[in-house]
Amino acid sequence: MRHGGTALPVLRAQRVAQAPTLAEGLFSGWSCVAVIATFALTLLALPAAAATDSPTVVETLLKWLPLILFGPVGEFGGFALNTVVSFLAMAIGTVAGLFVGLGQLSPARWIRAIACAITQFFRNSPWLALLFFVTFLLPFEVELGGSRLPLPGWIKATIGLSLPIMGNMSEIVRGAVRSVPLAQWEAAEALAFTRRETLWMVILPQVVKRMTPPWMNWYAILTMATPLISIVGVADAMSLTQAALNAEKRDGLLLPMYAMLLSFFFLYCYPIARLTRRLERRFHVSQ
Amino acid sequence: MSWSPGSPIISIRDVHKSFGPVEVLKGITFDVAKGEVVCIIGPSGAGTSTLLRLINALVPFERGSIRVEGQEVRDPKLDKLALRRKVGMVFQQYNLFPHRTVRQNVMMAPIHVLGLPRAEVEETARRLLAKVRLSGKEHAYPGELSGGQQQRVAIARSLAMSPDIMLFDEVTAALDPETKKGVLVTIRELADEGMTCMLVTHEMGFAREVANHVYFTDHGVIVEHGSPAQFFRAPRDARTRAFLDQVL
Repeated sequence: MRHGGTALPVLRAQRVAQAPTLAEGLFSGWSCVAVIATFALTLLALPAAAATDSPTVVETLLKWLPLILFGPVGEFGGFALNTVVSFLAMAIGTVAGLFVGLGQLSPARWIRAIACAITQFFRNSPWLALLFFVTFLLPFEVELGGSRLPLPGWIKATIGLSLPIMGNMSEIVRGAVRSVPLAQWEAAEALAFTRRETLWMVILPQVVKRMTPPWMNWYAILTMATPLISIVGVADAMSLTQAALNAEKRDGLLLPMYAMLLSFFFLYCYPIARLTRRLERRFHVSQ
Repeated sequence: MSWSPGSPIISIRDVHKSFGPVEVLKGITFDVAKGEVVCIIGPSGAGTSTLLRLINALVPFERGSIRVEGQEVRDPKLDKLALRRKVGMVFQQYNLFPHRTVRQNVMMAPIHVLGLPRAEVEETARRLLAKVRLSGKEHAYPGELSGGQQQRVAIARSLAMSPDIMLFDEVTAALDPETKKGVLVTIRELADEGMTCMLVTHEMGFAREVANHVYFTDHGVIVEHGSPAQFFRAPRDARTRAFLDQVL
């Protein structure tokens, strides 16, 4: 029996030399945010100084801010919708991707073939095309146990975005499981664990840590891709920003408006990136 | 099924095993009696580690027969899990589960495979870790232990399944001389308690002192075998003499 890759560094106790403390990490993090915020405010102040009679750019932005963040009154939309869509698409994509990924490792050849085909198809398709496909494929309502459930656009969009996440999660799971030395399988089997028990109790718990950073990375990518759903008619932050620009019909508003939209995504995704790096460090230490 | 404690606990008959075009075992035949300690020595890569893996059905083989407590390992209807519950195995690279503590490593299989109550398994783990002289390390992770300590945890993990037979696959080959000793002492104590042990090893001193029977294999066949006294004092085959000259 071969002993595959016994020298995997991830399995050894690794001590990262002088991991920065939380305070240091946050300080450098917030100083970075401060620099960008200063830059953004300067950008906003420039056109504001020129126009004196009409409302300033900042006033206009503040007027639209609640709409772009939370959607129209009494409705659900805006940036809040982007985050909800990202959460749900990630949850669906992760669970589905886990099972497709395990399918790729199945001893049954036909399960492997199907799982591999699903993975490759959804990993290598443009997200926007998948989004259109799902939006037009799914009906606007479904019958469930006699009652009709509406299927609003944002739910269809969520399903559309979960598909590429599923494909990529599947690859992460497959790669992570394959990275565990064969000797671990052998040891568990010698203790009379079944294949399934070995997978869920010995192999997967070892790779959860290894999968977390790439998984969070995909979450950040997904969140930044959520403005795509504006194209299929969902009232997310992107489409509301465009609506606000149309309503104002004013020069010099285009850049500040999109800068505001970008800053939402930055402020949301940047802490995730920081957290990803902190988790990477902590997992290395505790392994 | 018609096995009585009087007959050999492991019975190996004309076993052949190939990996692709390479035939690593070319007709191995021998018996192991209950309570016996058998050492298999020979050049690395001579198929000896493979032989151990055939016994607990980790690796399939093409020809011949292996019976463990009367049960044919090559039988397609064999309950592999039942076989593996009776046959413990310890590996050269320890292969502990790195995400679990020492105690969890020992307790996992009895709880999940045998379905024993946790309290009982906790007591077993405490007793076995004391036996391998690792009391106080219960909550350490494998990565925090030395190689020798990890190997003793691996032995305790195997023993927690109360096997009838223990297979040791070059368990000291990756250890330095000092930590080696603790592992060998542990195996020796097991042998003294009457555990049936089969070792693939290069520890000639250990084989001489502890083994009941020594087999020397080369190129997939048993070249020579006998009691350690006759094997080490008066090897008959030229290949055995050449090998012993190199390692002793």
